[in-house]
Amino acid sequence: MNANRTLNVILGIYVALIFAFVFAPIIFSMIFSFNSQRFPTIPLGSFTTEWYAKILADPDIWEAALNSLIVSCSTAVIATFLGFCTAYSDYRYNFRFKGPYLALILLPPTIPLIIMALAMLAWFSKIGMSGQIYSIIIAHSVLTAPFAMAVIRLRLNQMDPDLESAAWNLGGSEWATMRHVIIPFCKPAIFSGLFLTAAVSFDEFAVSWFVSGLNKTLPVIILEIVQGNIDPQVNAIGTFVFLISMTLVVLAQIFFASRQMKSIRP
Amino acid sequence: MSKPLVVFDKVQKHFGNFIAVKELDFEIREGEFLAIMGPSGCGKTTTLRMLAGLEAPSIGEIRLNGKVMNNVAPHERDTPLVWQSLALFPFLTARENVEFGLKMRGVDKAERKERALKWLEKMGILEFADRDISTLSGGQKQRVALARSLVMEPQILLLDEPLSALDAHLVIRMQAVLTDLQRELGITFVYVTHSQSEAFAMADRVVIMGEGRIAQIGSPKDIYREPANQFVAEFVGRNNILSGTVSSLTKSTAEITTPSGTFSVPMNEVALSEGQNASFVISADLVHISMDEPKGENTAHCKLISEEFVGSMVTLFLEDAQGHEFKVQMQERELSKFDLKGGDEIWLSWDTQSAHVLDEH
Repeated sequence: MNANRTLNVILGIYVALIFAFVFAPIIFSMIFSFNSQRFPTIPLGSFTTEWYAKILADPDIWEAALNSLIVSCSTAVIATFLGFCTAYSDYRYNFRFKGPYLALILLPPTIPLIIMALAMLAWFSKIGMSGQIYSIIIAHSVLTAPFAMAVIRLRLNQMDPDLESAAWNLGGSEWATMRHVIIPFCKPAIFSGLFLTAAVSFDEFAVSWFVSGLNKTLPVIILEIVQGNIDPQVNAIGTFVFLISMTLVVLAQIFFASRQMKSIRP
Repeated sequence: MSKPLVVFDKVQKHFGNFIAVKELDFEIREGEFLAIMGPSGCGKTTTLRMLAGLEAPSIGEIRLNGKVMNNVAPHERDTPLVWQSLALFPFLTARENVEFGLKMRGVDKAERKERALKWLEKMGILEFADRDISTLSGGQKQRVALARSLVMEPQILLLDEPLSALDAHLVIRMQAVLTDLQRELGITFVYVTHSQSEAFAMADRVVIMGEGRIAQIGSPKDIYREPANQFVAEFVGRNNILSGTVSSLTKSTAEITTPSGTFSVPMNEVALSEGQNASFVISADLVHISMDEPKGENTAHCKLISEEFVGSMVTLFLEDAQGHEFKVQMQERELSKFDLKGGDEIWLSWDTQSAHVLDEH
């Protein structure tokens, strides 16, 4: 009993340290976003919302935010759709070269982002599609679809294999079964996939920077600001981006967890 | 005899090189309770899935009401199936599950609800209509699954081991529910199971399958008393099987000499000739026991090895001097008169008419 408690305390400290390690930089960035001094040094100056006011007044940042919103929403829908289709094809069919097929689909996130970004840029310029907002959407969809697929595939694996046949047996055509059984069953995973892919796309910098041209997203504009000089505005934007991504990831997790807790099999 | 509803005409099913069903040639009669029974891997579930259209026969034809069904998609058939896993939709309530088939058939909302509630009431689970499936007990889910199929008002209902997940006492109760329903509705039930007690308790006719073929079709009593061949005799269990050669023949009986002795058996449709090999069975419940050597023929002297109780019935496992195993089944109160213990030697005997010669083919 006592040994157990000691262990729990040690584990608790360990977890706290890990969280501190992961989140300390972000928390510092948040603190400095409210600090009146230009340079991030201690002791802190006084509390201010000056940097937030500044970014709110900057039309470039508004435009970037809008771009980021369009890109991440479109990416989420396209990538989740693609992810669902691949997950379902994997669940439903057995065919030759299924292993390579799945490997190819899961490949994009394993390619170093910088290589991926360069390749995308080269390819898009070649076919005359670079520098557009849809270029980023296409690139991000390729990049994030595997995440959606992984989540939806997990869900499909929990499905009673007879469920689909049971719907056919009760007079449901393939499409009706898809609409009334497969999609409702996968709904939590589909939402989870939407939020997850939106979060990844919202944060992504390298590919956006290469293929975006003049359509800057938030991470791209952050780099531009940092390149110019040291400006606490970055902390303010950073805080904003972090909160949005975090919210998306937490939402994805909530959907993911809710279906784990519900009993799966009838 | 009622007319055939379903005809399996020389049906085979191959999966690559594996032949799941080697040859099926039988009829399902309108309004009967047919059980298809066999050990796992005998092709019984494949047979049912072919009937539901979930598998297509590789060779041969399946006809329903005279119409060839081979290429009819599952959703265009009216052959609802009650699944072993139940396959209830976990994201729907009990009532929505029951309504599902009607919704797929385009029945309007009000009628759907009315019919679903009617069936839930009939199954005695009306109070759970708006509950999530995951909150129901095994028996309640079972009833939802039945209601979901029966609400379609089909001509034929397919059941794939539907009771295998239930507790023993619930199985007995659901058996009664099923037989009552079948009698009342008059629709054809095709019930796949590996459980002899389920098949024999409910079915009008039983199909015994082994290795992708039909081993015997008949009433439970026929199959129990007169198994057609060694496979059925062994599968049905609680049978004593003896093999030997035919030593003499009379008009109505034959003498078969086995290592355990010479026994006389009644002649049946199996043609016997002197000197040929033959096997016969005696149901374990038709064997008598005694402490002293009984008069007459068909006796065996055995040592008691063990006993097994199931309710009021006892099965004795015995062995004769040649090491051949015998089984005797009797009421416990009958056995208690003998005061037996392991290793005791007793005599077995049976009437000639209790024996049944097996067809070796």
